[in-house]
Amino acid sequence: MANLFVLQLLNGLQLGVLLFLIAAGLTLVFGIMDVVNLAHGVLYMVGAYFLATFAALTGSFWWGLLLMFPAAIVVGLVLEVVVIRRLYARSHLDQVLATFGLVMIANETVKIVWGVSPLSVPTPEILSGSVPLMGPLQYPVYRIAIIVTGLAVAGGLYLVINHTRIGMLLRAGATNRTMVSALGIDIGKLFAIVFTLGAVLACFAGALVAPILSVDTGMGESVLILTFVVVVIGGIGSIKGAFLGAILVAVVDTIGGVFGPILLRSVLDPAAAGQTGRMLAPMLVYILMAAILFARPAGLFGGRA
Amino acid sequence: MTFKTSLLAPTALSLGLATGASAQDAPPSAEDDVLKIGLVYTLSGPAAALGEQAKNGFMLAAERIGNLGGMETEIVVIDDEQRPDKAADDARELVQREEVDFVVGPIFSNILVAIHQPVTETGTILISTNAGTSNFAGPECSPNFFVTSYQNDQNHEVMGAYAEQQGYQNVFLMAPNYQAGKDSLAGFKHSYTGGVAGEVFTELGQLDFSSELAQIAAFQPDALFTFMPGGMGVNLVKQYDQAGLSSIPFLSAFTVDETTLPATQDAAVGLLGGANWAPDLDNAANEEFVTAYIEKYGAVPGTYAMQAYDAAQLIDSAVSKVGGDLTDRDALRAAIKEADFDSPRGDFSFGVNNYPVQDFYLVEAVKREDGMYGTSIREKIFDDYVDTYAEQCEMGSS
Repeated sequence: MANLFVLQLLNGLQLGVLLFLIAAGLTLVFGIMDVVNLAHGVLYMVGAYFLATFAALTGSFWWGLLLMFPAAIVVGLVLEVVVIRRLYARSHLDQVLATFGLVMIANETVKIVWGVSPLSVPTPEILSGSVPLMGPLQYPVYRIAIIVTGLAVAGGLYLVINHTRIGMLLRAGATNRTMVSALGIDIGKLFAIVFTLGAVLACFAGALVAPILSVDTGMGESVLILTFVVVVIGGIGSIKGAFLGAILVAVVDTIGGVFGPILLRSVLDPAAAGQTGRMLAPMLVYILMAAILFARPAGLFGGRA
Repeated sequence: MTFKTSLLAPTALSLGLATGASAQDAPPSAEDDVLKIGLVYTLSGPAAALGEQAKNGFMLAAERIGNLGGMETEIVVIDDEQRPDKAADDARELVQREEVDFVVGPIFSNILVAIHQPVTETGTILISTNAGTSNFAGPECSPNFFVTSYQNDQNHEVMGAYAEQQGYQNVFLMAPNYQAGKDSLAGFKHSYTGGVAGEVFTELGQLDFSSELAQIAAFQPDALFTFMPGGMGVNLVKQYDQAGLSSIPFLSAFTVDETTLPATQDAAVGLLGGANWAPDLDNAANEEFVTAYIEKYGAVPGTYAMQAYDAAQLIDSAVSKVGGDLTDRDALRAAIKEADFDSPRGDFSFGVNNYPVQDFYLVEAVKREDGMYGTSIREKIFDDYVDTYAEQCEMGSS
């Protein structure tokens, strides 16, 4: 049982850092620009497709990853200029409608360009296989690499946000947007930087999971809801909140999904426990969210209520 | 559009009841000199690869034979988009407007359930080349419905029998949480009496199996049995390999086959499955089929292609037998039932319920000599296996 717990903790951590990469951009865009961006999951999908394409073209995962970044920056900038920029002054409902439309357009475009069958990306040679953990347990090297990379990005973001001028502007923007622009900061430029940064992080997350999952249209929607939960739990606009929220949500999801039914089995008969456990497990994350919002209506680190 | 379909549905139903009363009447399609066949397959969406294989298999046989049964042959191909409502409308249109003589397809069981009545009630022959649900094998069997694949439970029963034969005492079971997933585990347990280490139902469409793999690693079962069709299977196989679980035997059905192997490649090599055939089955008809398929489509055929290939051969043999006269329906049905053709799978005949009586094998994923990936026969598990529902079919021998 301890074995399973350790494995699930690692799995939770791995899912957590991925969620963080996606949520970081979403929370910045939401908190600083006040834009509800449903199309954020699309960027995650596009990142995976970019990596799959470039890796196939160059024959190397690493070149694929390297080429993915400029492509992601271009996509982020184009989206900001063409669509998102026009939504700043609009109501949330308009933003939801426009970005939801974007999701549908993007999914169809991906189908037209890459076809309907899922793409597959081979794991890079150096990160394939697994390492012995304890006893008969093994853990895939690639998933460990994801955890390390995610933590490194989180550390990097922490430094940028707390110790640089642009980070200061981001924090100021999240707290009081009007005041920042009143102080003579070019808010348009700041927004473009924020959106593109978020886009690149989401694309990076998509690229990272490509060797684990099959690259498929609609993969963005599956993570988007969980990402919104992370943003709300962490507090809108807070990177620190997004990090803690992501780890919390992912660990509760992976540990609860496995141990819920096992715990239930001690009070119910096995068949009923299995059935109830299956129904309860997906709800755990939302129960967690409700509990946190009950105690802290603005989320863990929310500046504004 | 809604108006039209809602108006059309009750009309079709009443028409069906009327013809049902005199089921021996030949449908109008039988009168002309053209043999018209409608193919209903899933050709778009995530499962398009399966439908594509089936269509290719049928077309390959049709091209090689030329005029099926010596009649001028016309083939209409329909994409059901994996939507039962659309498939039912398409089936009605094929039967009533296009006046086809045979409907061939589909891939998915829920599509079969949707098109079965609209086709068979008019007296038109329906040949399923993949889906084989239990209801049509048992109490709801029909003289106008034939299956060239298997009864759905059988591949799972093969794996259960293999696990039993190996003396496994502790098998971990995993399937998606929907009807076919539950049927799969039930089928496995039908022929497996040992213990169950854990039974997990995953979300349909789930792509990350890290939690489930953690449980498997912790329980260290004798073997894993799973049913994960399509993209789910691709992900599971890759992650199973990455998690270093390869030492635990991986038993599966509809998970490791020629439609998923191009994506999983080396990660799947050595994994086991249950099937009624594999591309390297040793007989002349099979060698001819596999060589021709690879030459034409540049890919290794799977069971989907083979079973559709056989449907075309079946139609050819039956129509030849009745000399192109499709008006005598009893004679036509009897000719089909004889199944007088060389199937790539060797022994093939129809049981009382018009489902196949055939052999089943344990197959293993391998890298072939030509560098492509395919399944390979490891051992025969069942000989001339009849499905467990056949005795509930009361079609009679008439």
